[in-house]
Amino acid sequence: MASSTRRDFIKAGAAATATATAAGILPVHAAGLEKIKVGVIGCGGRGSGAIGDCIKADKSVVFWAAGDVFADKAKGTANAYAQSHKDQVDIGDRVFGGLDAFEKVLASGVDLVILATPPGFRPYHVEAAIKANKHVFCEKPVAVDGPGIRKCLEVAELAKKADRAIVAGTQRRHQAGYIKTIEQIHAGAIGDIVSARCAWNGNEPWFRARKPEMSDVEYQLNNWYHFNWLCGDHINEQHVHNLDVINWVMKGPPTKCVGQGGRIARKQGTVAQTGNIYDLFCLEYEYAGGVPMYSYCSHVPGTTHDVSETIYGTKGSCRVNQYTINKDKVHKGGREELSPYVQEHVDLIQSIRAGKPLNELKTVAESTMTAIMGRMAVYSGQVVTWDMALNSKELTMPADLKLKAELAVAPIPVPGKYKVA
Amino acid sequence: MKRLLPFLSVAFAVAFALAADDVIPPVPAEPKVPGKLDLPAKDFTETVEEAIKIPDEKDPDKFTLQKSKTNFEMVYVKGGEFEMGSPDSEAGRNANEGPVHKVKVAPFWMAKFETTWDLFDLWFRSTGLPRRDEAEGLFEAKNPDKKLGPDAITRPTNPYVDETYEHGREGKPAICMSHHAAMVFCHWLRGKTNRGYRLPTEAEWEFACRAGHTGPYGFEGGKDRLGDYAWFKDNSKTEDKDEGTTHKVGTKKPNAFGLFDMHGNVAEWCLDQYDPKAYEAAAKLSFIKPTDVKWSHVVRGGSWLDSAAKLRSAVRWPSEKDWMREDPQFPRSVWWLTKMDMIGFRVALPVEEYPDLVGLKPSVIKKGQ
Repeated sequence: MASSTRRDFIKAGAAATATATAAGILPVHAAGLEKIKVGVIGCGGRGSGAIGDCIKADKSVVFWAAGDVFADKAKGTANAYAQSHKDQVDIGDRVFGGLDAFEKVLASGVDLVILATPPGFRPYHVEAAIKANKHVFCEKPVAVDGPGIRKCLEVAELAKKADRAIVAGTQRRHQAGYIKTIEQIHAGAIGDIVSARCAWNGNEPWFRARKPEMSDVEYQLNNWYHFNWLCGDHINEQHVHNLDVINWVMKGPPTKCVGQGGRIARKQGTVAQTGNIYDLFCLEYEYAGGVPMYSYCSHVPGTTHDVSETIYGTKGSCRVNQYTINKDKVHKGGREELSPYVQEHVDLIQSIRAGKPLNELKTVAESTMTAIMGRMAVYSGQVVTWDMALNSKELTMPADLKLKAELAVAPIPVPGKYKVA
Repeated sequence: MKRLLPFLSVAFAVAFALAADDVIPPVPAEPKVPGKLDLPAKDFTETVEEAIKIPDEKDPDKFTLQKSKTNFEMVYVKGGEFEMGSPDSEAGRNANEGPVHKVKVAPFWMAKFETTWDLFDLWFRSTGLPRRDEAEGLFEAKNPDKKLGPDAITRPTNPYVDETYEHGREGKPAICMSHHAAMVFCHWLRGKTNRGYRLPTEAEWEFACRAGHTGPYGFEGGKDRLGDYAWFKDNSKTEDKDEGTTHKVGTKKPNAFGLFDMHGNVAEWCLDQYDPKAYEAAAKLSFIKPTDVKWSHVVRGGSWLDSAAKLRSAVRWPSEKDWMREDPQFPRSVWWLTKMDMIGFRVALPVEEYPDLVGLKPSVIKKGQ
């Protein structure tokens, strides 16, 4: 039974339902009457938002299980939707806390899981989800280090063999304006690509103060953005969106990069108090054929914002995020369009129904790797190649992680001293 | 043509240091606002200042406060009785604009301009004031059994994306803030000035917009003259912004009261909790006091994005949950309406506050939708 696929269920029709249920995999197709049981792992702002987007994407979605390291967060999310969308919530007592909450969600009878914990956990969770034969909505980024990326690339292959869908939270790939604009670039609208630029220069993220009863691990998990082993730095957590667009345009990831950056405006304190991420990265990436791409990201309050992707070609330029080619609008967009955060779930579910599960894990892993490679180059102050980054041995996930435990924080990297391992 | 006075931003350092833990308390004393203002019945310029934290280079636990100042202009509006709403016969009219009814408006001041980023940033970007998420952390660490109230004077949390949406900042109206954010801004302003600044009620807003005119627009000549007074769909495009954009405040003609951009540029939040039937109910008061319920309130005057009919004096555009659809987080931000780059506000100041509005506080909390 384990080798059965979505397509088998569709062909076999109703007769297969009983066996499918026995195997713990409900068919998600056909007349549209079946329920799609969805679990969410990681109930912060994004995970809680994503389950809502999934509920809105399809009437047959049922919010079935919730897990978070902090049980209160899982309960909060479950309760909020039980009130606002009671027709699509059937969660019972499937609300789990603790570091193993993800295993409990996976074992709760779900068909599809939303993975929205801090990125450091993603490779392990996506692996567990695919091995449990679940379809996956997987937030970006998908790792924080080389070993994590290698795991994701393996899991992408496993998912293909198992016919499981994996859609990533790089929602621009599901946004009509981006899709049309990039089609035009690929059709030669700006000629050959000469160079590119992208940026996420914005504001500082939230900062969650430590409560007296919190252990080191609990504090770092709750205030995860500021700790490298969980976040992978903001070039990874946020700028990955823009890097992903450039990789999409360039039809593959870059070959190497070099850059500079630092920590100039974050909250001051010891690394244990205020974390160890940078707030500024400026990089030059190189793509196949020697095409350069300039990447900027910063979290410096009071400075000019810029979240954009621009491509320069032999016949003009394209501001991808504005859907303009040589200042002409390729796509109008607007508020009547479905939110891309809902659209990505529509596409995911439709691909499962059609028996052609989307698998975006490889592309999002490559975009995540692009960000991590940039981070390595800036931290070390050296040129870093794709192979160096992909094969790096540095594993940031602590061994034998426990919630009520002390956990030292790695120092803030100093260029020229930090080595890519 | 009247020129917009430049907004002053004066910075000067104050010579003292505070320990980081003694950050201006997250719950400052409640603004003390007199019931009746003892100010001459004429226009005046308000000055407000806020502090920016400059960290001490040697000791991370210490910082100095550097003060920054901004001015804004208030126009005296004498008040009076007027016909609120629009008749059935008005072109483009919506059901919630009627029936037309007489409303008395007490004297008040209305901001000459829509709130600009220059002023809004004094609140939003002044690091001497704790951000909501920082304040919650500090407060709950010290008071484990309590929650920080919605009326705490904090800065908003940061928006996920560029809050200006490339419309520009200097001299441009602030945009994308929720009704709650505008309410907390006013609360902060009350604390700073000891004057009862708040959003205008719908009646005050419409009275100020009409400036004595009963037709669709608050100036002589009707729709044909709209371009003289307003930035809207037909004239808001620029070379860079082919779908239109906000423009610097005060760059069109003022109305008869001396108020700029009442029509167009950005749609402006009013104070009232929205009731589509409010005009039929013949309420005793000329306003409905806002509650802790997030939906709905009304924006008025239309925006750079809207066609002429939506700029009419009587139009009431109620807020709805769909305005948050582009916010990927849950619970959705109580501070920002992602991509609603046509929404702004201006402040009003009553000479004598309506008894029901004395002690007005923001009261919306973050809870899902």
